[in-house]
Amino acid sequence: MSVAASRLRGKDLVGIDPLTPGEIQLILDTADEMAKIAERPIKKVPALRGKTVVNLFLEPSTRTRFSFEVAEKRLSADSLSFSSSGTSVEKGETLLDTARNLEAMQPDFIVIRHRHAGAPHQLAKVLKASVVNAGDGAHEHPTQALLDAMTIRRRRGRLEGLVVAIVGDLQHSRVVRSNVMLLHRMGATVRVAGPPSLVPVGMEALGCEVYHRMEDAIAGADVVMMLRIQLERQGKMNFPTVREYYDFFALTPERLRLAKRDCLVMHPGPMNRGVEIDSRVADGPQSVILEQVTNGVAVRMAVLYLLAGGNGEPTAD
Amino acid sequence: MSRLLIKHARVIDPSQRLDEGLDILVVDGRVARLAERIEERDAQLIDAAGLVAAPGFIDVHVHLREPGFEYKETVATGAAAALAGGFTAVCCMPNTSPVNDTAAVTEFIRARAAEAGKARVYPIGAVSKGLAGEELAEMGEMVRAGAVAVSDDGRPVANGYLMRRAMEYSLLFGIPVVDHCEDTALAAGGVMHEGAVATRLGLKGIPAAAEDVMVARDVILAELTGARVHIAHVSTRQALDCVRQAKARGLQVSCEATPHHLALSDAAVAETSFDTNVKMNPPLRSAEHVQALLDGVLDGTVDCLATDHAPHHADEKALEFDLAPFGVIGLETAIPVTYDLLVRRHRLPLSRFVALWSTNPARLFSLPGGTLKVGSVADITLLDTEARLTVNPERFLSKARNTPFAGQRLRGWPAVAILGGEVAWRRERR
Repeated sequence: MSVAASRLRGKDLVGIDPLTPGEIQLILDTADEMAKIAERPIKKVPALRGKTVVNLFLEPSTRTRFSFEVAEKRLSADSLSFSSSGTSVEKGETLLDTARNLEAMQPDFIVIRHRHAGAPHQLAKVLKASVVNAGDGAHEHPTQALLDAMTIRRRRGRLEGLVVAIVGDLQHSRVVRSNVMLLHRMGATVRVAGPPSLVPVGMEALGCEVYHRMEDAIAGADVVMMLRIQLERQGKMNFPTVREYYDFFALTPERLRLAKRDCLVMHPGPMNRGVEIDSRVADGPQSVILEQVTNGVAVRMAVLYLLAGGNGEPTAD
Repeated sequence: MSRLLIKHARVIDPSQRLDEGLDILVVDGRVARLAERIEERDAQLIDAAGLVAAPGFIDVHVHLREPGFEYKETVATGAAAALAGGFTAVCCMPNTSPVNDTAAVTEFIRARAAEAGKARVYPIGAVSKGLAGEELAEMGEMVRAGAVAVSDDGRPVANGYLMRRAMEYSLLFGIPVVDHCEDTALAAGGVMHEGAVATRLGLKGIPAAAEDVMVARDVILAELTGARVHIAHVSTRQALDCVRQAKARGLQVSCEATPHHLALSDAAVAETSFDTNVKMNPPLRSAEHVQALLDGVLDGTVDCLATDHAPHHADEKALEFDLAPFGVIGLETAIPVTYDLLVRRHRLPLSRFVALWSTNPARLFSLPGGTLKVGSVADITLLDTEARLTVNPERFLSKARNTPFAGQRLRGWPAVAILGGEVAWRRERR
């Protein structure tokens, strides 16, 4: 078990990859504290009063943006959100222009969701503001992995030694990359499974065991995490049909019985019911899918709070 | 009669198996005499003590962007950058606008180069009209106008039938067909080498196989047609194996390697955190392939080095990694990057280094130069193998700054470029 760091080293949270186990633990511990705020009659603390947060969502997203907005409001930050599905170049400006324009408004944080991998990293290099990655292409989605870890930890009391199976389209998923890196770093055993045509080359180097048959991956697992099949990102050559996908890769009650009796069922949302997950499982007793959403707010509060330099008791003022 | 006397040089000329301390006398633009000691009263003197004198370096793969993309580079700025990089001649690719697929464009480029009076510029004509991969361009007309090879570089000749016919037709002129080997369906819109790094970074990968299968096809067609086939910017282990086998079978297949594919690996994309100046096609490969390429240079499978100098405007590169154009410049860094890597670190004999940058490219593309034999054109590069300098893009003569080598401290820099017996460029002392 690692010891929590006393603070985050970087000015940004661009991914799980740059984080140490101590930093991950610090965020998770802080998130547990932040969760308590939501249980109070007045769900608001002044920790980020006077700070400006720009939520720049350049790819459609509802729940992640809302989750960040709720987190920002609970910390008393001034936040504004900008949504568009375009990239810089479609507007005729460069990514650097976008960065400079934002900087000119002197925000303290920029939360960015971007269709292309690495955009938050490129911005973080040139911006003084703290950049928080809210999902970049098929690269990382660090706050998702953190909220997943928080959910597992609150249910199981630990991450170390657990077996977590992640199933689905591994090629196009940023959720799987961030989760594998985080869980592996925190001592869990991570198994991934998906159609071999959707397993990226060198996946195991991230810290996971790669399976083709879903049944092999979930056998005896403590947690099964299903990934959304991004139908809009699929060409027609990656797997034959949604129907066949369901046959081989959907989490059904029968398959879930291969895992541990108390295995947690997770999904980052939005779910394709009847494609990667059967409704009987999604709505069943082992599902913690809505807890994930709740914990997402606490994790995002923790990240913003820590990046702002916080390290003490968040509720004290 | 103009006379130039280069004194005290270490003359390295693989075409004559020469490596010794000599003076070189140049008269009217041609090498007139090589001897241990030459005294000549009326000649311009260059004291080359401590320098290597080699036949002028030749880069057979550059993009000069003119006509059509003058905001990236022009024939004049590219040719000036070439001289400042120690190159007395370059071959420029036809992916301009309009494409160099007619004698008129070939002539235009040559005229621009003549006006500039910098490095010699030998155009490479298009294989197909408009680089569209459908109809043969007028190869003969372009050769007559001065084209030295044909290529659809920037893209592959995807259609095997067209490639076969292009190779066959090239026999009429004895010019090499240069191919950018990439199966674009396999490359599938990738932006970096497919492997563990791309997977970690969530970037779409270009598999080595995309290059391998095309090189294999070209080698098979080279055997079928008997044509001279030159594989541009080879970057994978299997592509090299394929070329090695082709040579063993006696085919006229040659290949080039770029400095960036030798000096950098795909790890650079992670290390630079998505810097678009490490994005090019073929992409920087994994360490395994880089080692194979190095082995290929050392064992002679790689015939020559070439930069694939691909200038882009800074605004074009200041985009998301996925969206930025492929390509990096190389003319003003190629010699120190490869000297430092190959000669200093891997102990490649200096004569082999000169062969890779001069003798071999001249032979493969049937160009003047590549030798200091008496009577040959006096294109000479003086190399300072002791100079240790830091790459500073602000000082480049190229219009572009998209180099992956900025800030690197390297040893072995060109000092003087002599073009037809005239000192055409000299590194300023700082």
